[in-house]
Amino acid sequence: MFFRERSRDCHKSRSKGSSRSEKSVTINAPPAEPLLGDQSVRGEEVQDDNWGETTTAVTGTSEHSLSQEDIVRISKDLDDSVGLDCKRYLSVTLSVILGLVVFLTPLAFIILPHLFWSDRLRACGTACEGLFISVAFKLLILLLALWALFFRPRKASLPRIFVFQALLATLVLLIVLSYWLFYGVRILDSQDEDYQGIVQYAVSLVDALLFIHYLAIVLLELRQLQPYFSLCVTRSTDGETKHYNLGQLSIQKAAVVILENYYKDFTVHNPAMLTASKSRATRHLAGLKVYNVDGPGGNNAAAGIAQSQSRAMIAAAARRRDSSHNELYYEEAEHERRVRKRRARLVVAVEEAFTHIRRMQEEEQNKSPGDVMDPREAAQAIFPSMARALQKYLRTTRQQHLHSMESIQQHLAVCITNNMTPKAFLESYLIPGPTLQYGQDRWLARQWTLISEVSVTSGLKEGTIFLLKCIEFSLVVTAKKIPYIQLAEEFIDPKSHKFVLRLQSETSV
Amino acid sequence: MSFIPGQPVTAVVQRIEIQKLRDGDNLILGFSIGGGIDQDASQNPFSEDKSDKGIYVTRVSKGGPAEVAGLRIGDKIMQVNGWDMTMVTHDQARKRLTKKKEDVVRLLITRKSLEEVVRQSMMQH
Repeated sequence: MFFRERSRDCHKSRSKGSSRSEKSVTINAPPAEPLLGDQSVRGEEVQDDNWGETTTAVTGTSEHSLSQEDIVRISKDLDDSVGLDCKRYLSVTLSVILGLVVFLTPLAFIILPHLFWSDRLRACGTACEGLFISVAFKLLILLLALWALFFRPRKASLPRIFVFQALLATLVLLIVLSYWLFYGVRILDSQDEDYQGIVQYAVSLVDALLFIHYLAIVLLELRQLQPYFSLCVTRSTDGETKHYNLGQLSIQKAAVVILENYYKDFTVHNPAMLTASKSRATRHLAGLKVYNVDGPGGNNAAAGIAQSQSRAMIAAAARRRDSSHNELYYEEAEHERRVRKRRARLVVAVEEAFTHIRRMQEEEQNKSPGDVMDPREAAQAIFPSMARALQKYLRTTRQQHLHSMESIQQHLAVCITNNMTPKAFLESYLIPGPTLQYGQDRWLARQWTLISEVSVTSGLKEGTIFLLKCIEFSLVVTAKKIPYIQLAEEFIDPKSHKFVLRLQSETSV
Repeated sequence: MSFIPGQPVTAVVQRIEIQKLRDGDNLILGFSIGGGIDQDASQNPFSEDKSDKGIYVTRVSKGGPAEVAGLRIGDKIMQVNGWDMTMVTHDQARKRLTKKKEDVVRLLITRKSLEEVVRQSMMQH
């Protein structure tokens, strides 16, 4: 049990190291069990004494980084993760409590004098009763405004608290506390008789709360509307790049906006398209082998030998006259030709299939209820004639895992119902669309990891770079400031547009 | 100086050699041209035949290389360095005259006074 603990800590430290080293491409697998078994055999007593110092403790860091194994584990046990749900419910309960306190405080201010010293209170005149109406309506407006701004369905759960919301909550709490303090000391203790003053005090609190709500709108919503940064988002696997204009957001909020746009703008991630370049890369260095002619050197020279080996390999690979560029060119030309041929066959097959069915008119429906089909059956009827061509095309363009037969038939039924042409039906198969277009099982990871060198609650700055990692790929985001535009004005008199015929021109040489 | 389509054009020409003057980065000749097959020939003040679309000298700057070489206003340029100028556009004519690699242009020009001189000398015989 003792050694297993240590192995787990060592495993954590090693995997933390691998995820933090951005330079290395491969992630080292955790060491196998026998390695640690050797250590234990060597000297039990020595390691007993200082295992407290050598154990790596996982401390809270400002970057939220997980190793690949952890991500896989979490995505599998999403239901069992209590930590995330707890945070969400905690914040909801806190905000509800705060809202209730805020809402009931003015009412308490007004009601408490009646409860405690109602006999000594001065009668409430007309102006005072007018203030009652004002308090009621202002509280109603405050309630609606709070509901509109704060109680909206959450669309993302962020790693850290939202700084502005926390600040505002603190401010509201401070104000309410200071009002209660004043009320408690000056009004409850001394049992003030001026009821109109007390009601006016309550009205002033509601006014202050309405102004804080206005501050909340400006800080939370309006400040981020004006575009200030242009973010360049690149997918790490195939380099697809898009640009988005955002306002002054914190890094985590910007990440949420980018991910929302990712599902709609980026074409779906297709790992089958990436294998070609990898095989080329492995073939590049595969033919070279390094032989150590001088025999095994000492341990201190090992690093030097490794470095010189790699340099020699690179130099030899560069000098070798390999024809991989030739292969690439002809391979791509051949693939292009094949795709175009399959596509032509597919288009013809689909057009032909669509001519087999025809929409039935109203009169015909009443006359002959014979061989009538609803859209689903019609789709199933014409699907076999185009199935083979479609399947071959999808296989050539390596999209066959994105479409199931069920989804194709469903799409066909929808197209038939809405009178779409064959070209409209084929559009979603000929061109790879955004991730939202495909079924929910293709959305792969909804658990993204934000990797950043600065704190994720800090705002975007010029040159900020952060990473959004999911299991298969990552998005590299770079922020740039939108340039300051200096617009100058030039006035042209409309009467100044005059022309002459240029038929006899004279040029000086 | 009119031409009959299908018949060769004959004219009495004078050969003029102009040395280009270097002015900073440019080589200037010191005269202005007008005319061309893409221009309106009826507005040419120097031509006899108002359908003549040749290149005419419209201005000669005082003391410039063209005046020194003997070019006069109203001359029609027939050839520049061997290139024909009777059937060119205005821009092509400008380009043939302002080639940066050539320091000297040899023009064949014709004017009405030349013909008269030739006729007079022939009449004397």
